[in-house]
Amino acid sequence: MQRHLISAADLTRDDAVLILDTAEEMARVADRPIKKLPTLRGRTIVNLFFEDSTRTRISFEAAEKRLSADVINFSAKGSSVSKGESLKDTAQTLEAMGVDAVVIRHGASGAPYRLANSGWIDAAVVNAGDGTHQHPTQALLDAFTMRRRLIGPDAGLGQDLEGKRITIVGDVLHSRVARSNVDLLHTLGAEVTLVAPPTLLPVGIETWPCEVSYDLDSTLPKSDAVMMLRVQRERMNAAFFPTEREYSRRYGLDGDRMARMPEHAIVMHPGPMVRGMEITAEVADSDRCTVVEQVANGVSIRMAVLYLLLGGNEPAVTHPRTEEK
Amino acid sequence: MSKTLIRGAKVLGGAPQDVLIDGGTIAEVGGGLSAEGAEVVEADGKVLLPGLVDLHTHLREPGREDSETVLTGTRAAASGGFTTVFAMANTFPVADTAGVVEQVWRLGKEHGYCDVQPIGAVTVGLEGRKLAELGAMHESAAGVTVFSDDGKCVHDAVIMRRALEYVKAFGGVVAQHAQEPRLTEGAEMNEGVVSAELGLGGWPAVAEESIIARDVLLADHVGSRVHICHLSTAGSVEIVRWAKSRGIQVTAEVTPHHLLLTDELVRTYNPVYKVNPPLRTERDVMALREALADGTIDIVATDHAPHPHEDKDCEWAAAAMGMVGLETALSVVQETMVDTGLLDWAGVADRMSVKPAQIGQATGHGRPVSAGEPANLTLVDTAYRGLVEPAGFASRSRNTPYEGRELPGRVTHTWLRGKATLVDGKLT
Repeated sequence: MQRHLISAADLTRDDAVLILDTAEEMARVADRPIKKLPTLRGRTIVNLFFEDSTRTRISFEAAEKRLSADVINFSAKGSSVSKGESLKDTAQTLEAMGVDAVVIRHGASGAPYRLANSGWIDAAVVNAGDGTHQHPTQALLDAFTMRRRLIGPDAGLGQDLEGKRITIVGDVLHSRVARSNVDLLHTLGAEVTLVAPPTLLPVGIETWPCEVSYDLDSTLPKSDAVMMLRVQRERMNAAFFPTEREYSRRYGLDGDRMARMPEHAIVMHPGPMVRGMEITAEVADSDRCTVVEQVANGVSIRMAVLYLLLGGNEPAVTHPRTEEK
Repeated sequence: MSKTLIRGAKVLGGAPQDVLIDGGTIAEVGGGLSAEGAEVVEADGKVLLPGLVDLHTHLREPGREDSETVLTGTRAAASGGFTTVFAMANTFPVADTAGVVEQVWRLGKEHGYCDVQPIGAVTVGLEGRKLAELGAMHESAAGVTVFSDDGKCVHDAVIMRRALEYVKAFGGVVAQHAQEPRLTEGAEMNEGVVSAELGLGGWPAVAEESIIARDVLLADHVGSRVHICHLSTAGSVEIVRWAKSRGIQVTAEVTPHHLLLTDELVRTYNPVYKVNPPLRTERDVMALREALADGTIDIVATDHAPHPHEDKDCEWAAAAMGMVGLETALSVVQETMVDTGLLDWAGVADRMSVKPAQIGQATGHGRPVSAGEPANLTLVDTAYRGLVEPAGFASRSRNTPYEGRELPGRVTHTWLRGKATLVDGKLT
């Protein structure tokens, strides 16, 4: 493992599988009456959020607290950032308070990379989403969810996603989730197809390690998992598509379309969902939709990432499985 | 006035000769010259060029003296071998009146490191709506002949047409910053493979090319000449080549950084590579070099754009666009054009002195190195190779993309009308 987690593309197959396996251990902690490990006792983690994000921040915070870390939450609103303080000064100020890791969410693509590589601070940096660039822990929790559902929690240990066919549908152009998922799923051996109207695919996508299609209906029968991305209504004002109705007719997932998927195939969504736009209530509330599981898995993945970045070599969880190794 | 004898200089890269400067003029060029009481400079095989002329410099004064002043900018110019710089109009206040252009012109004259020829704004406040008083700026002491809203595009086709027509009355030229504004909303880097991966807002080549295509057609229609600033794409080269073949009066410039750097560097998210127009692809770089060699692109212009440290020591989105360039321009041109065999030193003199002086009507600059001509000269040690060290820059700003990079060539002497502004690499 590297010292920081900035991009899903930085992870090797073995790194990624190690994170998924560790997350499986962490998931067992959630089943205990006391959901807490002493692993990061005395370590301080700051959640540095320059962009509003309730679910990701809370997920990281839950993960940090379960690992017994001291947690500082910093949101840009109402802080010195709104008074014009730079990212560098904010980060240095926090580090001076003795921070071991910075979990950063920022609206500017590359901000976590700059934080990790400019010599501004020494702390480990975890990217919790930067602009339209990367959101690596989301990709990891998605892969974790796929492995659990498509292979199994126990059977999946040590396994990657070789040969699994994953379809990602929606606003790829503005999506850090899509970028991270393409990188990680490719590393894990999955076959990825992106489906979107041409306006919502970036120029230059031809070099990505995936297929691209404009036709959702022909892709669905060949999918083991279909991930629907959120499509913001504002996009239609910039002429990315004509109307909400037309978008959902062509690219939305409803009950009829879901019926064309193989029986074992799952429906995923990183949230927040726009019901009636990219996904109907019927699909969102069905057993095949993993959106709530993904949230739970997010905590396990973030525990695994923070443990592996900060925790050293000791086993994270005392458990028969790890003791056997 | 004093005399200077430059001994053994390769004039325009030719056979070594001696050049005698008497006062502000070149007195004699030949072999075995001697002169009583003259200061002798042993050129020892260095290359002697006419003083360089930069048609595109941001001196930042008035308004942003924290990044550059006329004094520091002209010292940087002398250091890079320039004897004339054209100062862009996007200052605070904007150089859109006779008063502002005269102030900048006068400051250049007082400091004496380099002639400063102000460029006037095309439209009031660079806002693209209402023509600035172009005639008043032309008639001012500054004698403005080049007009540009650089930093912003004159995007309204009617305003551009009128400007092209209007300046014909006094032989002016409009220099267009070709950037279609709607196609570049939120643009942060060249649109392509790298921007798709990095998640940075794409800046399509077509945003530049569509404006150039429109403007050469407008220039043709009204019989005016148009100059294209910092051309950056292979497609733009094709359009200019086509326009020239049709006899349209168009000239074009390329910056040193677009001759050397590509958008691959943006993968570092280091804002030192953030510039307008953005760094493009390897294919574009090669097309630009070829076009500069074959004359499709007329000149090299630096687009020297100083910014204070804090405007680059931040995340990409928050950073200012631009790079300093006066003190590295000639080295980059040697690296990309001379050492690659695309251009000889006479060609460099043409692209960096003769032609820009013609386009901007800088009288007394870009002249042949021969007896009777003004002694605006620069001496270059072309055998030198060294690392770029921004700490040594004369510019007030350090935002160079070349820090730590090895580049060839070093300007050792610059003379402005016979007065040395740079001696042995040190400003006088």
